[in-house]
Amino acid sequence: MSYSQFLSHVCMPHAVFLQLKTSSKSNAGSRLGHCSKVPRNVNLEKLRSGYLFPEISRHEFEHLQKNPNASLIRLGIGDTTHPIPDTITQAMAEHVRGLSTIQGYRGYGAEQGNMALRKAIAGKFYQDMGIKADEIFVSDGAQCDISRLQLLLGPNVTVAVQDPSFPAYIDSSVVVGQAGELEEETGKYRNITYMNCGPENNFFPDLSTIPRTNVIFFCSPNNPTGHAASWQQLKQLVEFAKANGSIIVYDSAYAAYIRDGSPRSIFEIPGAKEVAIEISSFSKFAGFTGVRLGWTVVPEELKYSNGFPVIKDFNRIVCTCFNGASNIAQAGGLACLSTHGYQALHNVIDYYMENAKILVDGFESLDLNVYGGKNAPYIWVHFPGSNSWNVFREILEKTNIVTVPGRGFGPAGEEYIRISAFGQREHILEASRRLKVYL
Amino acid sequence: MSLMNNLSTSMISSSSSPFLAPISFNSSRTQSVTVPPKSISLVKCVSTPQEQQTAYKTKVSRNANIAKLQAGYLFPEVARRRAAHLLKYPNAQVISLGIGDTTEPIPDVITSAMAKRSHGLSTLEGYSGYGAEQGEKALRAALASTFYGNLGIEEDDIFVSDGAKCDISRLQVVFGSNVTMAVQDPSYPAYVDSSVIMGQTGQFQKDVEKYANIEYMRCTPENGFFPDLSTVARTDIIFFCSPNNPTGAAATRDQLTRLVKFAKDNGSIIVYDSAYALYISDDKPRSIFEIPGAKEVAIETASFSKYAGFTGVRLGWTVVPKQLLFSDGFPVAKDFNRIVCTCFNGASNISQAGGLACLSPEGFEAMQEVIGFYKENTKIIVETFNSLGFKVYGGQNAPYVWVHFPGRNSWDVFSEILEKTHIVTTPGSGFGPGGEGFVRVSAFGHRENVLEACRRFKQLYN
Repeated sequence: MSYSQFLSHVCMPHAVFLQLKTSSKSNAGSRLGHCSKVPRNVNLEKLRSGYLFPEISRHEFEHLQKNPNASLIRLGIGDTTHPIPDTITQAMAEHVRGLSTIQGYRGYGAEQGNMALRKAIAGKFYQDMGIKADEIFVSDGAQCDISRLQLLLGPNVTVAVQDPSFPAYIDSSVVVGQAGELEEETGKYRNITYMNCGPENNFFPDLSTIPRTNVIFFCSPNNPTGHAASWQQLKQLVEFAKANGSIIVYDSAYAAYIRDGSPRSIFEIPGAKEVAIEISSFSKFAGFTGVRLGWTVVPEELKYSNGFPVIKDFNRIVCTCFNGASNIAQAGGLACLSTHGYQALHNVIDYYMENAKILVDGFESLDLNVYGGKNAPYIWVHFPGSNSWNVFREILEKTNIVTVPGRGFGPAGEEYIRISAFGQREHILEASRRLKVYL
Repeated sequence: MSLMNNLSTSMISSSSSPFLAPISFNSSRTQSVTVPPKSISLVKCVSTPQEQQTAYKTKVSRNANIAKLQAGYLFPEVARRRAAHLLKYPNAQVISLGIGDTTEPIPDVITSAMAKRSHGLSTLEGYSGYGAEQGEKALRAALASTFYGNLGIEEDDIFVSDGAKCDISRLQVVFGSNVTMAVQDPSYPAYVDSSVIMGQTGQFQKDVEKYANIEYMRCTPENGFFPDLSTVARTDIIFFCSPNNPTGAAATRDQLTRLVKFAKDNGSIIVYDSAYALYISDDKPRSIFEIPGAKEVAIETASFSKYAGFTGVRLGWTVVPKQLLFSDGFPVAKDFNRIVCTCFNGASNISQAGGLACLSPEGFEAMQEVIGFYKENTKIIVETFNSLGFKVYGGQNAPYVWVHFPGRNSWDVFSEILEKTHIVTTPGSGFGPGGEGFVRVSAFGHRENVLEACRRFKQLYN
């Protein structure tokens, strides 16, 4: 398979430039043809490598080049695999067919999303929490919302992230100019506060050791560790934010995977509306990774230091830098929140969590310390003393299984591997078999 | 204080606030009214000092860049006025020739491809999760061959997106805050607004109605809507839209050649917005890459919105040639790709299936028919204003008619037209100070609404 054929199957970095040498300044003009006089954005220079998941894909591709007959099992990028329940795709197809009729045609929608969908999200997820439909902004996904929130917050805020965490918080922070220089020895950006989360602190940072930052990114259930914060932990977090006048950006993309009664929304915590923004997504909830739909909640009570409501500025960003999520995806979203759709989706989630159980049991039977897999579709496996990229490479080479090295999620991810539980049952079982043999 | 007073004082305040209960409109197509089923919130004046003192505030400073913006984004502002008008005249048959929103159904060949893709997502063979952030390969290839056939633009120079407006902001994120930019005056407001948000500009200067640090390139009837480049200061980035929104002017090959040379001499990067290219009726260039040397100086952004009625479906693309380099030789495409992979997650796969169908022979022909329909609308509007003795621009190569109201304030004209004929237009000053004295009439609409609107214009201005 050629590289470009591979591109059609997975997310890939811009392949051509893997070969293109970044020029030396002295020869720039003459050797490479015309160069503009536009300076490269110094913030982008601070990013050391490609975004994590295209990098994983690249390794996958190279492995397949060397081993064309390998029967690869992908437990790396957390990509959903199960078909979307009929009731939802039928709603999308019906909406689409409507676009060919005078009555059913829709042009520009409200940038904040269709009101029916906003109401349905409020009713389904924020019942009794006092979150209103017009505090909900429908989007094309959490990854995009994270960047729009960063645009909103601007370069002059300080941020804290969990360590390890979903790379988009750090990368977007670097891109926007908040992060400062990368310290090569620690692998940390100077102006970002890294809140260590590991088994030793029950995957919740010791807030007494955390300096004040303007913004705190917090993901629960957590990607990559799988930990779902308890009510007590979140109460501490909200109090910490309130005492410090900070804003929490709470990523609840995996809330639907919670099985043990842990909070699904930060707004379950009293006082959270004054300190938190919540982002979420239909990706892992509904298999909408390709369809693209998510939402962000910005409570009216959330105010900047001068009293200006954050929601007003977020609305301005949404109206200026975005033009609404696809109306087809939104039609699908509405169907997801119908009784029938919601039930069907939870059956799919159950399927993935059964996968997770198989993987957890498999690793536990090998006496490895395994975390997560109970409230999230991610399993976080500890290989003490290891270099996680090496473990990643070895697993790939010896078992043809793609995982994600923990280091990709932050310095505290070193020694860990993230295994995602999406996949067809037979692949999960096969993966479990291979890992038992190899490990 | 009456509702109308309240609204008029808050008209210039910032973006549509969800503070008050939103108003949702039911589309009633039995009347000859185009009322998009959009829920619109009314703005309430926010500055109430007493509330600020008692309510909890974080210690996070508001982003000073966003604070520089003078008012809400233009089109929600127009929508707000329209909503207020409907409150005042609930039975008015409002006709929207303001926001350039497509109205005609999408051809079957395109929607059936999207329906098929939707159904496919419920099957094992047809399910797909994350797609390549740069877009599906088949669509990128089709875009390359359809629009850039002999221009040396390849499939991997093309990045599929959820629309030009989003791409403009992503490009700004690539460029960062330390670049200078030039825009046409008047121009599509997203270039200026995104520049302000990124921190590239200084404060808004009320006396000249311009943001400091932006180079405004005046485009008027006198200069054929092409700036006198000898008077334009060097900037890093030059936004150029052709066919132009709002003026409708399409640049000639000669003009674009001069623009490319200007960019080359100055080491600038052109961001060329070609969203209306298929509306061109004569032999004006449809892509900046028709100009030799453009690949070293230009990025092109485009959209399915106005071609395929995809304003709600969301699909567009941006071309970043491999030859486009920053001053240190680093390829711009590499950074754009990084932004696309980090700040975006690909356009909806269903929309992309629709895009592919648009570029099939049958789909392309069907698209051209819809475009032709809007072009006929444009012709009717142009003829109407001509017959009334107005100086009219645009309308030949774009679905916008740029009508001159010499010596008049464009928001006043907008209000007068709305009040007296129940027609929504867009005031020229919303596109920049160079738009003062003009009103933009967009040609999207059902034929009977366009004809009715023209009857009303004739009544008002005869």
